[in-house]
Amino acid sequence: MPAVSKGDGMRGLAVFISDIRNCKSKEAEIKRINKELANIRSKFKGDKALDGYSKKKYVCKLLFIFLLGHDIDFGHMEAVNLLSSNKYTEKQIGYLFISVLVNSNSELIRLINNAIKNDLSSRNPTFMCLALHCIANVGSREMAEAFAGEIPRILVAGDTMDSVKQSAALCLLRLYKASPDLVLMGEWTSRVVHLLNDQHMGVVTAAISLITCLSSKNPDEFKTCVSLAVSRLSRIVSSASTDLQDYTYYFVPAPWLSCKLLRLLQCYPPPEDGAVKGRLVECLETILNKAQEPPKSKKVQHSNAKNAILFEAISLIIHYDSEPNLLVRACNQLGQFLQHRETNLRYLALESMCTLASSEFSHEAVKTHIETVINALKTERDVSVRQRAADLLYAMCDRSNAKQIVAEMLSYLETADYSIREEMVLKVAILAEKYAVDYSWYVDTILNLIRIAGDYVSEEVWYRVIQIVINRDDVQGYAAKTVFEALQAPACHENMVKVGGYILGEFGNLIAGDPRSSPLVQFNLLHSKFHLCSVPTRALLLSAYIKFINLFPETKATIQEVLRSDSQIRNSDVELQQRAVEYLKLSSIASTDVLATVLEEMPPFPERESSILAKLKKKKGPGAVSVELEDGKERGELNGGGDRGGDAAIAASNASTPSPSADLLGLRSAAPVSGAAPSAGSLLVDVFSEAGPAASSAGVNDDGFLSALHAPEASDSPLVEGPGDSDSAPPSAASEDPAPPLPESDELLNKFVCKNNGVLFENQLLQIGIKSEYRQNLGRMYLFYGNKTSVQFVSFSTTVSCPGELQSQLNVQTKTVEPLVEGGAQVQQVINIECLTDFIDAPLLNIKFRYGGALQNISLKLPVTINKFFQPTEMAAADFFQRWKQLSQPQQEAQKIFKASHGMDTEVLKAKLLGLGTALLENVDPNPENYVCAGVIQTKAQQVGCLLRLEPNAQAQMYRLTLRSSKDTVSQRVCDLLAEQF
Amino acid sequence: MIGGLFIYNHKGEVLISRVYRDDIGRNAVDAFRVNVIHARQQVRSPVTNIARTSFFHVKRSNIWLAAVTKQNVNAAMVFEFLYKMCDVMAAYFGKVSEENIKNNFVLIYELLDEILDFGYPQNSETGALKTFITQQGIKGQTKEEQSQITSQVTGQIGWRREGIKYRRNELFLDVLESVNLLMSPQGQVLSAHVSGRVVMKSYLSGMPECKFGMNDKIVIDKAGKGGVTDEVGKSTSGKQSIAIDDCTFNQCVRLSKFDSERSISFIPPDGEYELMRYRTTKDIILPFRVIPLVREVGRTKLEVKVVIKSNFKPSLLAQKIEVRIPTPLNTSGVQVICMKGKAKYKASENAIVWKIKRMAGMKESQISAEIELLPTNDKKKWARPPISMNFEVPFAPSGLKVRYLKVFESKLNYSDHDVVKWVRYIGRSGIYETRC
Repeated sequence: MPAVSKGDGMRGLAVFISDIRNCKSKEAEIKRINKELANIRSKFKGDKALDGYSKKKYVCKLLFIFLLGHDIDFGHMEAVNLLSSNKYTEKQIGYLFISVLVNSNSELIRLINNAIKNDLSSRNPTFMCLALHCIANVGSREMAEAFAGEIPRILVAGDTMDSVKQSAALCLLRLYKASPDLVLMGEWTSRVVHLLNDQHMGVVTAAISLITCLSSKNPDEFKTCVSLAVSRLSRIVSSASTDLQDYTYYFVPAPWLSCKLLRLLQCYPPPEDGAVKGRLVECLETILNKAQEPPKSKKVQHSNAKNAILFEAISLIIHYDSEPNLLVRACNQLGQFLQHRETNLRYLALESMCTLASSEFSHEAVKTHIETVINALKTERDVSVRQRAADLLYAMCDRSNAKQIVAEMLSYLETADYSIREEMVLKVAILAEKYAVDYSWYVDTILNLIRIAGDYVSEEVWYRVIQIVINRDDVQGYAAKTVFEALQAPACHENMVKVGGYILGEFGNLIAGDPRSSPLVQFNLLHSKFHLCSVPTRALLLSAYIKFINLFPETKATIQEVLRSDSQIRNSDVELQQRAVEYLKLSSIASTDVLATVLEEMPPFPERESSILAKLKKKKGPGAVSVELEDGKERGELNGGGDRGGDAAIAASNASTPSPSADLLGLRSAAPVSGAAPSAGSLLVDVFSEAGPAASSAGVNDDGFLSALHAPEASDSPLVEGPGDSDSAPPSAASEDPAPPLPESDELLNKFVCKNNGVLFENQLLQIGIKSEYRQNLGRMYLFYGNKTSVQFVSFSTTVSCPGELQSQLNVQTKTVEPLVEGGAQVQQVINIECLTDFIDAPLLNIKFRYGGALQNISLKLPVTINKFFQPTEMAAADFFQRWKQLSQPQQEAQKIFKASHGMDTEVLKAKLLGLGTALLENVDPNPENYVCAGVIQTKAQQVGCLLRLEPNAQAQMYRLTLRSSKDTVSQRVCDLLAEQF
Repeated sequence: MIGGLFIYNHKGEVLISRVYRDDIGRNAVDAFRVNVIHARQQVRSPVTNIARTSFFHVKRSNIWLAAVTKQNVNAAMVFEFLYKMCDVMAAYFGKVSEENIKNNFVLIYELLDEILDFGYPQNSETGALKTFITQQGIKGQTKEEQSQITSQVTGQIGWRREGIKYRRNELFLDVLESVNLLMSPQGQVLSAHVSGRVVMKSYLSGMPECKFGMNDKIVIDKAGKGGVTDEVGKSTSGKQSIAIDDCTFNQCVRLSKFDSERSISFIPPDGEYELMRYRTTKDIILPFRVIPLVREVGRTKLEVKVVIKSNFKPSLLAQKIEVRIPTPLNTSGVQVICMKGKAKYKASENAIVWKIKRMAGMKESQISAEIELLPTNDKKKWARPPISMNFEVPFAPSGLKVRYLKVFESKLNYSDHDVVKWVRYIGRSGIYETRC
């Protein structure tokens, strides 16, 4: 680059700039600029030719004015003229102006491109460089279009100067980043790769940036660069510091180039060629060795350069993750840095160690540094380093050191920075769950967590505790006790109250024996926190109170008193008021049996991915958490809240779940209660779902509610129906063979056509409850066998069989149940059902057990009917009629005319049709009295579309039911099933 | 009420800072500097709210005066006070400049103590102030003098002390008007109004009672109705009387009398003061008419011809005439030819400035200019800002006439005839623009 001679300084420009700097006010500056602009305009007028110097000077002034923030709308032409000058300084200013001010749609772009082309084809290296810099600085699509073909040629041409090659490589990189589709390497690829062999280190450095970028996009084309890079690296690494004269930086040979080479290698897997690999390993070892050598200089630049190479090398080692020896050495090296004076080094070391910890080879080695890391967490001054330390602790945690790490993190949490608290809380929660050996420790840890960092504990954390406590019988008592103790603190966090309310409500009975935690004491303790809590928490507490009434009848009076108080029953919050009213009624009207059914203990939650982990992932972005929960094998859908269908009774704290109280009053009766909606399957919801419509028609008053409970059309509700049925049930035959199905089993079956949950069977001994959910062609059914007596059932066994051709139509899998059912206890059985094709019969459930020596043998039909696999389909009227007509063949239609056996209440009908699983289509049938439904039956083999039309005749108390589907058997079966329902 | 008062120089350095109330902290000084004086975007509103604190500022040349308050004050009052403050300072040490403020800061603090008490404006009449805030050394005041000052300042007529004696009783009356105009290129008046002031300088002995009369339409009409003939009244009101839209008076004017009789009577302060301010919008005499003619010749040339016509009695002479013709932003050269005065292209202001020293009434003069333009990349069209004009004429463009100014002093032995009275009319241009 030619040196700028002293005489080249532009005096006029200097004077102008100093004038502007001396301006006292903004106005003065604007005046000065206006004056200068007028001067330049008069000079650029065109009638007199300007020499190159003045042109350069004025263009410079314009540039300066532009950079001060004023608009420049002239002078572009003069700047373009400067490009064709032969003087370096003039050309340079021209290019500078254009790089800063050019706008791509300008008509000048053609002229500019022309000038650039001329310079590129000139043999003058400085001019070529200027042109390349300009292209790179503008970097627009137009530039790429014009020159993307030209630059690779310059880059690989044999006679191009080294400095031009460097510029060309970087220019090409810029264009590639801006518009990758225009830069096609194609035939240049191999020659570009061979630039790695170039004599000139500068060219190699520039080229390697380009290659790294290109190869990250299409690694295969550039595969050959690996061996070249390795050999280049080994030459640099093994060279003495004096070999590469110009490229030695504070005794480190070519540090930038080394780093870039190492980074390029990280784009590829370890080289397969043994020789290359050996050489690379040798290089890496040399780099690690060099790190151990005493520094050749005390200057910080020396150690920076050395460490930069080292860290790149370590990331390459981690990337390969195949050399245990190197990994351990790298880990040890990082360990040394952990206590280094430099904050940056400590940060980098912790960060690299995080990735090392996930490698199986170095995990143990990382673990040896636990003390140092914990120390770093506690004493480090820089918050970002502390954050890394926390990350590393999380990454290095395993079963052996979980207790220590969790304890340390917990104790750190008290003083932790606010910015990282929430993340820390999530991490502690996950580690505690993942490595919990005994669950009492887990409960302790989480309760501690809530105590220490209550505000930062997200919903997921306490959802998870409750899930785990409910699923683990062994920890329930302990949890209740601990929660009770924790609640006794004078001030405890709201999250603690939530956990406390839930757990005591569920398992308070486990600690009720102790006079110090008698039911009343428990209740008073919870209620003392009530007034300090937010509305969702209060709602949860109210649910806890009603559970208390169930658990401890002696508290009933007290709790009813509380519910009856004006602050509850007339609360301004609708949710609270409704809960108070309903719970009060429930507690005073329903018998203890009903109460026990409604407020039954929560069934275990299905195993699923911890919602906390999902939350942490969301927080850090995908891929940041490499560790999976060991016990979370089944990766369910990411359900943000930890709620599930079963806890709808408490799920008011989560707005996504429909509130149970809303259903109690039938306000939601129009919403689909389809089999496909699993979360709506709350026991409480279901119990009232049929009573609901009546209640809503009778109004929201207490009487309506009452009449709903005892209304005749609700006779099949298990609430009232259960005991009645048990009287009529005959004692079952005592034989070893499966008994024939009970005579009323078909009737029982019909009861479940339009609903999924309820009591299937009940006699003096046994009660069988059902909860089921269906999705697509799959279903899951929970059977609850309750021993109603005080004597245990022995050799209790159940079998599910599919008689006849049902075997090929339905796939039913059961899990065996425990042979012993204690008196008053309940066992659960899960049945998985897969619908292969459409079917008519129902599978048989046979139950055998010995009660007091007598063999009991009961056979029932499992309420699995074809309509359970309905998927509702919404469609418009025109759509519906078109399909209706398409299914006009006589065998596709099934019709029945029958007399109404129940009332003809609209709401009840609607609820039943929805319960069938189809979508109820409004405004389709011209007669508003009629009902029209559509759905698709999902089987494994096929999907059967199904259209339904129900025409009630109120005068005659008759119905006409028409069904059309693509399969005749289906039409007939659904028609038969449905005819029994109305 | 005003919580504090700050004076800054153009750099934002604080020259005077006086805080009257505790709710204004020291940081208020910096807040104004940072958010107004040093703001990136020039602050055009005179009222700025920063962190629930209101700043009212006026600028005099390079000096910023800012009043600060946290309360909901009457903004008009605050500005009135700030202007008064400027007047008082000007009366004491001449031009309000950084230099003068620095040299007189003791005096300014003394003044501030007097004219603003706990944020409430007090007597700001220069004449009265000068009796007890003097720039001379402290001279021994007798008890009598002190009590006299006290009684005067706290008395009914706080603006005039007793016992003033002049050998020659003189009275100067200036009617100062500024005329504002916006005119379309075709000569249609888009908006016009005159804001005027009556400024007096009185050197009268004793406690005289003055009565001022002018050709106010209401007064004339009333007089006409009660007068001898209707015809006379009509002719006077038709030609001579003016309609005043609104007016304000000096504190010395008896407002009750003005309300009941529409007569302006007062005991004048000693020295210079502003008797009244008024505004008129009807029947304004426009002293000059500007006729612009702009022709674009191609993309690179612009021809401008501007004719000005003076529209008043030929015997009167207008002075300090200046016509400012804006030029496009891409002007590269200007040639000007004018018959009278001097014209010059001022690049720093992007305008041609044409100056004429004197011009008699009913004359016209013209300028023609050729403006060369530089072709630009921008397709933006030139916005054509209006041509503005400055001048000074020796009559009142509103048509206001002083009918009488009577002086009565019962105790001393001089009568109305003995007083020498001087009346002067000056009409100046305010914003006097013609679109082109």
